[in-house]
Parts: sequence; structure tokens; C-alpha cells
Amino acid sequence: MAATNLPTNAQAQGGIGVTVPHTEHDEHHHDEHHEQHWLFKYVFSQDHKVIAKQFLITGIFWAILGGTLSSLFRLQLGWPESTFEWLSPFLGRWIEAGKLNPEFYLALVTMHGTIMVFFVLTAGLSGTFSNFLIPLQVGARDMASGFMNMLSYWFFFLSSIIMFTSLFLETGPASAGWTIYPPLSALPQAIPGSGMGMTMWLVSMALFIVSQLLGGVNYITTVINLRTRGMSMGKLPLTIWAFFLTAILGLLSFPVLFSAALLLIFDRSFGTSFFLSDIYIAGQALNHQGGSPILFQHLFWFLGHPEVYIVIMPAMGMVSEILATNARKPIFGYRAMIGSLLGISLLSFVVWAHHMFVTGMNPFLGSVFMFLTLIIAVPSAVKTFNWLATLWRGNIRFTTAMLFSIGFVSLFISGGLTGIILGNAALDIQMHNTYFVVAHFHLVMGSSAFFGLFAGVYHWFPKMFGRMMDEKLGYIHFWLTFLGVYLVFLPMHYVGIAGFPRRYYAWTGFDAFSQFADMNKFISIAAILAFFGQFIFIFNFFYSIFRGRRATENPWNSTTLEWTTPIVPGHGNWPGAIPAVYRWPYDYSKPGAAEDFIPQNVPYSQTQSSNLPYERDTAE
Amino acid sequence: MHPSETLTHKEPGTGLHPMRLVLILLIISIVMMFAAFTSGYIVRREEGNWLEYALPGSMLYTSIIIALSSATVQWAWVSARKDNVRQVQIALVLTMLLGVAFLYGQWQVWGELVQNKVFFGGTDSNPAGSFTYVLMGVHGFHLITGLIFLLIVLGKSFRYQVHSRQMLAISNCSIYWHFLGGLWLYLYLFLLLNH
Repeated sequence: MAATNLPTNAQAQGGIGVTVPHTEHDEHHHDEHHEQHWLFKYVFSQDHKVIAKQFLITGIFWAILGGTLSSLFRLQLGWPESTFEWLSPFLGRWIEAGKLNPEFYLALVTMHGTIMVFFVLTAGLSGTFSNFLIPLQVGARDMASGFMNMLSYWFFFLSSIIMFTSLFLETGPASAGWTIYPPLSALPQAIPGSGMGMTMWLVSMALFIVSQLLGGVNYITTVINLRTRGMSMGKLPLTIWAFFLTAILGLLSFPVLFSAALLLIFDRSFGTSFFLSDIYIAGQALNHQGGSPILFQHLFWFLGHPEVYIVIMPAMGMVSEILATNARKPIFGYRAMIGSLLGISLLSFVVWAHHMFVTGMNPFLGSVFMFLTLIIAVPSAVKTFNWLATLWRGNIRFTTAMLFSIGFVSLFISGGLTGIILGNAALDIQMHNTYFVVAHFHLVMGSSAFFGLFAGVYHWFPKMFGRMMDEKLGYIHFWLTFLGVYLVFLPMHYVGIAGFPRRYYAWTGFDAFSQFADMNKFISIAAILAFFGQFIFIFNFFYSIFRGRRATENPWNSTTLEWTTPIVPGHGNWPGAIPAVYRWPYDYSKPGAAEDFIPQNVPYSQTQSSNLPYERDTAE
Repeated sequence: MHPSETLTHKEPGTGLHPMRLVLILLIISIVMMFAAFTSGYIVRREEGNWLEYALPGSMLYTSIIIALSSATVQWAWVSARKDNVRQVQIALVLTMLLGVAFLYGQWQVWGELVQNKVFFGGTDSNPAGSFTYVLMGVHGFHLITGLIFLLIVLGKSFRYQVHSRQMLAISNCSIYWHFLGGLWLYLYLFLLLNH
């Protein structure tokens, strides 16, 4: 009979190497006794923690590639007159007489967007942390279906292989922008990238959608059905609420993208005309009759808009958790945080046409979408004020994860404010397709989500690998990235207001824009420096896996359930029984308590000195 | 003793079995996909340049076949509740035969459409016809997954794993099959009203 199954506060806080003893009560027999083949333990694993690491490592690979592509096109934008002969060992034929091939430039932009939005910030972020944290924080042995979870990763892997292979095609990868609008994406005659590259893009994304659905179904089921005793929905950490709603958004929106992609495949390869009509290419009239390219945009953005929340909401959840832990204060407005996540999720489905103000839509319809879009400012502001109020007079510990979380709030505010501008149809028509839009979404969704990802890795690294990441390197990484992001995207707003159009290979032919040559060079230098700063993180990450300082069970003195597991949780997560939950996850600095945190699994009967009048155990 | 030690490893938050919830969520994703197709159909139709054509009459027969198969899968479910394994197997095989007959019927409908010069693709095609092919084709694909599911449950019944105390597989299978039948009836009505 082990009464120490659950670490007490003192154990959780102090002892290095405190492991929870095995008990005879272990109704779940773990795999220590029958060794698994390494292939099933590390490669085709059904353990959510291994799958999470697989998603993370694959995501890091894609992030390096996505960043490299952006450095390449920033070179072109910063030095449009220069020759890049020195790149030809890497790019081969895509450097022609020292100049970057203009069609390859479009391919670079397209693949950068696709990789970052889908492969890094959807699969890499949500795939990693939903997988890792949902079972650990709700108190479950594993996901509802480990097999489907494994399939989810391997569909993603297959999709990654196909997308990666498409980079090396003779005609180049997809080049019609990450939004793949037809007719450009549908007609191989229009641009070389719409040939085999586009076909592989579509196949890869179809597999990607299957992976997302398999993963999302698991996340939702686990949160609804496998919570431990006492873990009501009102006691869930905000991370779990965010992952849960993210998965619901994915479940509802990805099938619609699948529909759009399927129709596009038929248009491209089977001669249908869903999106194509009345097209002449090089004086030749095409057969396609009766299609509507605007229909594709409606279908695409019905996914595309929820997609940006799929990217940002996991980051929001993790930042809420990290801010509360490191400010040693309860999150301000827990219920308001859940409510605003719900509000954002609902609104995300009724605003898609704000991406389409310039498609000639009825101005009345445009003003409806504008109205709905601006309402999103309300839940977003609720979240922002709650984060700031959580920091207010907190006993702040500036861990690396905390710095990235504060950075997230900063970027979310800076980028969110320009969202109010772009949500206005009258202003958006002016700004559409300029660098102002690029600057807006890179701050509010791209960089913010990346900051959430970094914060999450630094914070949960000890639970993933049993070691700590280096803080000094973390600080350098943070400041390089934080300054880099602002130095890149603040000037970009300015360039955008002047009307500088996005996706242009070169702008030297336009007198109006040639005055921005210096500004563009500045942006490019900042972008490339910030990109190289990321290698500090990558070194820190891989070095710390093997050589980092050994972690304790609960290095951040946090309250949630994952910190009650052994330093490196094994298969089944808890060696003994799963702890029950008695309280909400944010009992930090509670007046009268012995310590400045009370884990969720400590009953009220053990904390008489700090209980409020209405607080008593109900989970019996 | 700490109170948590008496706990079992999980406490379901709903009365649903996790796999039932998984099935429902997958059904929701299929619903969203067809919602996209049919709303796209309506939006596209409003824009004009739309081919008006009569739906082949044999669609009515395939609809009746799939409605019948819903009845047989329900029979299988009821038989399983009564532990009548023999009848479960007969009903499942009947359902599968009806499912295959439905698919064959849909193939014939495509043939009739081509005869009436309503094409999927090519010079003479129009989105009005193409959409009909896509709706039927994607539904047919899901029906094949339903047939595989029936086959798996049939296999289980031969291993005596389908009976009144082990209803999960056959319940999920019958829910999915009813859903596919209902989906087709919706699509048929939709095409009747909007073609």
C-alpha cells in the first residue's frame, strides 16, 4: 500500500530524482515486463508522448525548410539587382545567368506559406502539444485510440514526403500561392508550377487532411471521455480547452477544404469545369465552360479562416498556462478565457468572406462580414486584457518560456490592431494584396503562433525529455527572435501602406516603389539574421536532449497533472493509479497556503488553512 | 490511504463509448464535406449557365434498395440483441448484397446520364452534371467503406463476438450504415429539388 503514490507538495517541489514507487495495485500492467520491439517503441509507436515527439521533430525539420525558403526570396526582394551565382550549387537551374528564376520565386513564396501554415503551425504545433498534453493534463493513460493516433502521424509523414519530393520536380513545386486560387492553379499552361507540382500539392494536402481528422477525432474523444475522476470541464487547464476547440474547428473545416481540393483535382485532371470558364491562354480558347473561380474562394476560405484560429488557439492556451505559472498568480478570468475561446471558435465560421472583399461581392454582404469580423476584436481583447491582468503585480519568474509568452502577447496586440484596420471593407480594398496584409498576418498569426510553440517547447521540455533546456541560450534566442520579428514586420506595414504589392518578383520597374529599396534591404537583413538566430534554438534543443541539466518532477512548481508523473513518464503515464482532481488548475499564491502553488490533485481536506468557505471535496 | 488509489483508470464524461464518439465525429466530418458540396452546388446554380436535365428514373430504384438495406441492418442489430447469431449473419449478408446492388444501380444511373448526354467532364460537360457525378461518386466511396465495416462485423460474428453483451461493433456499423442511407436519401431529394 503506497500512500505516496501522489507526490506531496514537498516532494513535487524539491527532490531531484524522486520517482513514484510502483505499487501492487497497478491494475494496468505496463510494458516493462514484455519488452517491445524498438520499431514499435520508437517508430510505429502508439504512445501519445512518442507521437508528440515525432510531430515535433518533423515540425522542426519543416520549420527550417520554410525559413530557408523565406530567406531565399528575401534575398531577391532585398537585392533585386544583384546576381546570385553563388546559390546555383543549391538551386541549380533555378538560377539563370545569375538571376533567380521568377517562376521559382513564386514557388518559394507558395511553399513557404504552405509549409509554415500547415506543416509547422498546424501539424507541428497542435500535433505536438495536443498529443503530448491532452492525456497528461486530463489524467488519461493515453489517447482514446492509440492506433488512429499513430495513423495520424504516418499520414502526416506520407504527406510530408510527397510535399518534400515536389520541391525537386523539374517543373518546380506548386506556385499559385498557398491559397491555390484557380484558374492559375488549375491550368498547367498558365505556369509550370501548376503541372506536376500542383498535383503533388493536392495529393499531399488530401493526406494531410486525413491525418488532421484522425488526430482531431482522438483529441476530442479523449477530452470528453477520458478525463480522470473529478476533472470536470470547469477544472480543465486552459491548454486543454484550447486544444479541444482547435480540434473541433479542424473537424468542421478541413472536410470543406477536402471538397474544394477534390473539385480542383477533377478540374485539373478530368476535364470538369467547377471553377473554370471562358479562359484564353496564348490566344487559345479552352473548353472549360460554366465554372466559377469565386466558388473556390468561398470553399477555401471556409477552411482558411478557421485555419488561422487552428494555428493560434493552441498557442493561446499554452501562453495562458505559462503566464499563470510563472506569474505565480491564478489566470485572470478563467471562465472569461473559456468563453472567449468559444466565442472565437463560433465567429471563425462566419467571417470567411473578409478575405474576399475585392471579389466584387455585394457591398451589403461585405458589410455583414465586416461587422462579424470586427466582433472578433471583443473575445480577442478579453483574452489580451486577461493576460495583462494576470501579469499585473505577479511575482514574475522570467523563464525562457515566460519571455516567449510575454512576447506572444506583445505580438498578438501589435498584429491584432492592424486586423481591425483590415477587417474594414473600405480600408481592406485599399490595402488588399499589399505588404500591409503580409505584415498583419505574420505578426498576429505567424510569429505569435511560433512564440507559442517556442514557449511550449521550453516549458514542457523537462517533461518530454527529462532534462532542462539551457536558459542563457534561451534568452539569446528570445531577444534575437523578438527584435528580429519586429524589425522585419514593422517596416513592412509602412511599405504596405504605400501600396507595395505582395508576391511581386521585382518592383524596380515601378518608380513609385523604387524609393523603398533601402527599406526592403533592411527587412531582408533583419529576416535573415532572425532566421539564423533560430539555429541557437535548434542547437539548444538537440544538445539538451542528451546533455541538458537533469530535470526534477515539477521544475516550474506547476499545479497541473502532468507534473505529478515521474520525471520521464512511461507507457501509461502514471506508474500507479491515476490521480483524482479536486480543484481548478490555477491555485497559485493562495492566501494561507503553505506553498505558493497547490496541485490539482491535492484534496481540500489537506489544505484547511487556505480553503475558502465554500471549498470542500466533492470528488469522493 | 489516499482517496485516489481506489480510482479506476478512467471515468467516462458521457454515457458514450469512446469509439461511438469517434464514429459520430467522423460522421460529422462527412456531413461537413457534403454540406460544402451541396452549398457549392446552390451557389454555382444561382450564377446561371446551368444545364437543366431530367434525373434518370432508376435513381428511385437505387433509393429504394438502400432504404431496404437500412431495414436489414436493423434486423441484424435486433437479432444480435436477441443473441440470434445465425440471423445476424443472414441479415448482414443481405445488407451487403443490397449495398452492392445499390452501387451497381448507381453505376447504371451514370450510364443513363451519359446516354442522355450529361457528362462528367470534357467539352460538353456542365457543372450541373459534374456535381451530380461527384455527389454520387463520393457517396459511393463512403458506401464502400461501409461495406468493409459490414464485412468486419460479419467476421466478428463468426468468431461469436457479436451478441447482446457485445453490441458495440454492430451498433456502430448499423449507425454508420443508416447514416449512409440517410445521406443518399438527402442527396436524392436535394438533386430532385435543385436539378
